Amino acid sequence: MQVIDADIVIVGAGGAGLRAAIAVAEADPSLHIALLSKVYPMRSHTCAAEGGAAGVVKANDSLEYHFNDTVSGGDWLTDQDAVDLFVNEITKELIQMEHWGCPWSREGSGHVAVRPFGGMKIMRTWYAADKTGFHMLHTLFQTSLKYPSIKRFDEYYTSDLIVDDGACHGCTAIEMRTGEMKLFRGKSVIVCTGGAGRIFPFTTNGAIKTGDGMAMAYRAGVPLKDMEFVQYHPTGLPGSGILLTEGCRGEGGYLLNKDNYRYLQDYDLGPATPTPVLKSMELGPRDRLSQAFWQESKKGNTVQGKWGDIVWLDMRHLGEKLINERLPLVRDLSISYVAADPVTDLVPVRPVVHYMMGGIHTDINAATPIAGLYSAGECACVSINGANRLGSNSLGELLVFGARAGRFAVEHAKTVKAPRDALVTAQAADAEGRIKALFKRSGGKQRVSQLKREMNLSLEEGCGIYRDEKSLRDTVAVIADVRARYRDVTLEDKSSVYNTDLYQTLELGAMIECAETVVHSALLRTESRGAHQRLDHVERDDVNFLKHSMAYYNPNGDPRIDYHEVVITKSQPAARVYGAAAGGQAA
Amino acid sequence: MSKRTIQLEVLRYRPEQDKEPFFQTYTVPCEEEWVVLDALNYVKDEIDRTLSFRWSCHMFVCGSCGYKIDGEPKLGCKAFLRDYGDNIRVEPLDNFPIERDLVVVIDDFVEKLQSVKPYIIAKEEKALAAGEYIQTPAQLKAFKQYSMCINCLLCYSACPQYGLTNQEFIGPAALALAHRYNMDSRDVGRSAREHVLAAHEGVWECSFVGACSVVCPKDVDPAGAIQQAKFTSAVDYLTSMVGIGGK
Repeated sequence: MQVIDADIVIVGAGGAGLRAAIAVAEADPSLHIALLSKVYPMRSHTCAAEGGAAGVVKANDSLEYHFNDTVSGGDWLTDQDAVDLFVNEITKELIQMEHWGCPWSREGSGHVAVRPFGGMKIMRTWYAADKTGFHMLHTLFQTSLKYPSIKRFDEYYTSDLIVDDGACHGCTAIEMRTGEMKLFRGKSVIVCTGGAGRIFPFTTNGAIKTGDGMAMAYRAGVPLKDMEFVQYHPTGLPGSGILLTEGCRGEGGYLLNKDNYRYLQDYDLGPATPTPVLKSMELGPRDRLSQAFWQESKKGNTVQGKWGDIVWLDMRHLGEKLINERLPLVRDLSISYVAADPVTDLVPVRPVVHYMMGGIHTDINAATPIAGLYSAGECACVSINGANRLGSNSLGELLVFGARAGRFAVEHAKTVKAPRDALVTAQAADAEGRIKALFKRSGGKQRVSQLKREMNLSLEEGCGIYRDEKSLRDTVAVIADVRARYRDVTLEDKSSVYNTDLYQTLELGAMIECAETVVHSALLRTESRGAHQRLDHVERDDVNFLKHSMAYYNPNGDPRIDYHEVVITKSQPAARVYGAAAGGQAA
Repeated sequence: MSKRTIQLEVLRYRPEQDKEPFFQTYTVPCEEEWVVLDALNYVKDEIDRTLSFRWSCHMFVCGSCGYKIDGEPKLGCKAFLRDYGDNIRVEPLDNFPIERDLVVVIDDFVEKLQSVKPYIIAKEEKALAAGEYIQTPAQLKAFKQYSMCINCLLCYSACPQYGLTNQEFIGPAALALAHRYNMDSRDVGRSAREHVLAAHEGVWECSFVGACSVVCPKDVDPAGAIQQAKFTSAVDYLTSMVGIGGK
């Protein structure tokens, strides 16, 4: 097996991975960086983020406000030391993006413009029209080309981390063009592989978001934290699941039920004012809005469509000029996919799986419990999002913690002694052996697409916006069954070059592992908090559950679920307040 | 409503077993809202697991799913079945070697992208504490359109010069991106990019057929960028002749 040596190995080249790579290159240009990704960097799903990135910049705002919005938005399951650090560092990161060329939308004065976003008390969301993630990703990718120490390995599928004696020494990855497995040895490894939204059937997430990195770290012994907290974004297009940014509502869009009534006023989010008020109505947090949809649906107030129940997103009053200027992609997507022009028509929407609050357990330095293993971005859980992420905090998160992962990985690399080569080589050979065994397996009756479908539907039915013990137990059983049958999947494509049958099969394995952590963590959390709503345990229970779920891999059965303290520094748990009582300003 | 059935004719090529590319036809039952990419995924999931193609976001922004559909370079996620007949032919993009089935080798483009130095080259490093650069909406507008490229490579597939020059021509997307940075008020890197843009394979190679702008799914208008760049390149040349430094 070919061995590629680097100082820092980064798996994933989306926003977090690229930001980490640049941080490493700037901290010490002499370090060799291997940046691996299963896609070309510009295909990474950061590109699909639309609305913006929050950072305190205007005179009427304060770090304390951003802190409080984020902590209460996360229903106090956030680690407050991490949030504190995040709100302190994010604005500097956004300015850095500006210096690197990110085309932020501007005020007439030439300063960056900000827009209102859900759950935020003050307008603080920087944006580049409705393609913020796209512009950030391309800015980071293009900027990364400046640094000769960043060597990219595009279209390499990373299969396993190499961990020995509590420390990570690299990974194995398959070059997709040839099918050859290679061993990447590094002193520090950073996992930035994104979320796992594809475990659900109806999601804004691209095909690549299959939780590979989460599963890899999980198998290597790192707990996956708070996996039961899955964010439904309130406004996805029915059928395709395409995201319509929260910016639609930030700019003043309404959500209407079948009677053209702004139903959010019935869910402690009102009053319904004609122009947006921060932290109220359509600018409430995503968990509350998605739950309100579910309640309306139960009341029979939604509209039944071919692709499930919908409500209407009304942007007609915003006018063509504003829509073209600030929401051009939304207009393009709506016209193309649902034949509704936001300028003249109501656009059908329904909640759609969007983001995993949980992920690879890290501390505020992006370090996992395994020495030399770091993680940042959606795949990580540093716990700034708690039980519900506020829109426009994730693009910031990947910058702040991507950069920190890079810097701390550099520090760690200075201290590393040479690993035990024989053990590293043996682990790589094991990883290769597993792939070879998969190629040799024959006669299996199980089809990847069928297993994926069963897993998807079961999660949506049993572990969606609302859950209860029975629905979760049913889902646990389905996932266990799918996991057992997965061992009998046979590759129909035995070739080496760009074999997507192989990669989809490996991705399904990762998704099953992520799914089991989601559903087991959800089953044991007998309370309702943020995005985790139990019909049989409707109250938040701070006595028993103001703590992080920690799912540990068990190769022979269900994951072991443990708990970890939440860091509380200055904000004691209280009721989450939105609508009139929140005192939000007019946007 | 009864489902529509289409015949999807897909170019197959597996270098380990196929001497030549060939067409394989799949019968696909479709929903009326589907795009060509959905039909390909149906084939992959239900009919033939050996078919390979790239895709991810399904919302016109990641740039993965560029194919030639009924002879035209298109994004698979933006090619709605309602706009096609019942026989649809899907091929890999032109002007790139086929790696496997609909997957093409794009190394050449990635090198060209890098060659134009697509990043801000600032006059001097500005401290983060000094805040953002002031850039008016008009200054933003001067380059914004050219920053919208998703690198889907439809323009390279459509560009006759890229094919005629055996891929020597730098091509539409990379030139548009160079122009994007040249036009950015924060950048002073035009002279550093000039040797690539003004080279024989640079802007002057473009014969202004404009096919790139026609097929661009994001209205980037690379042809317009190249024409503008020709003008500034000529000005640079003339000013250098009389000894006045360009930007």
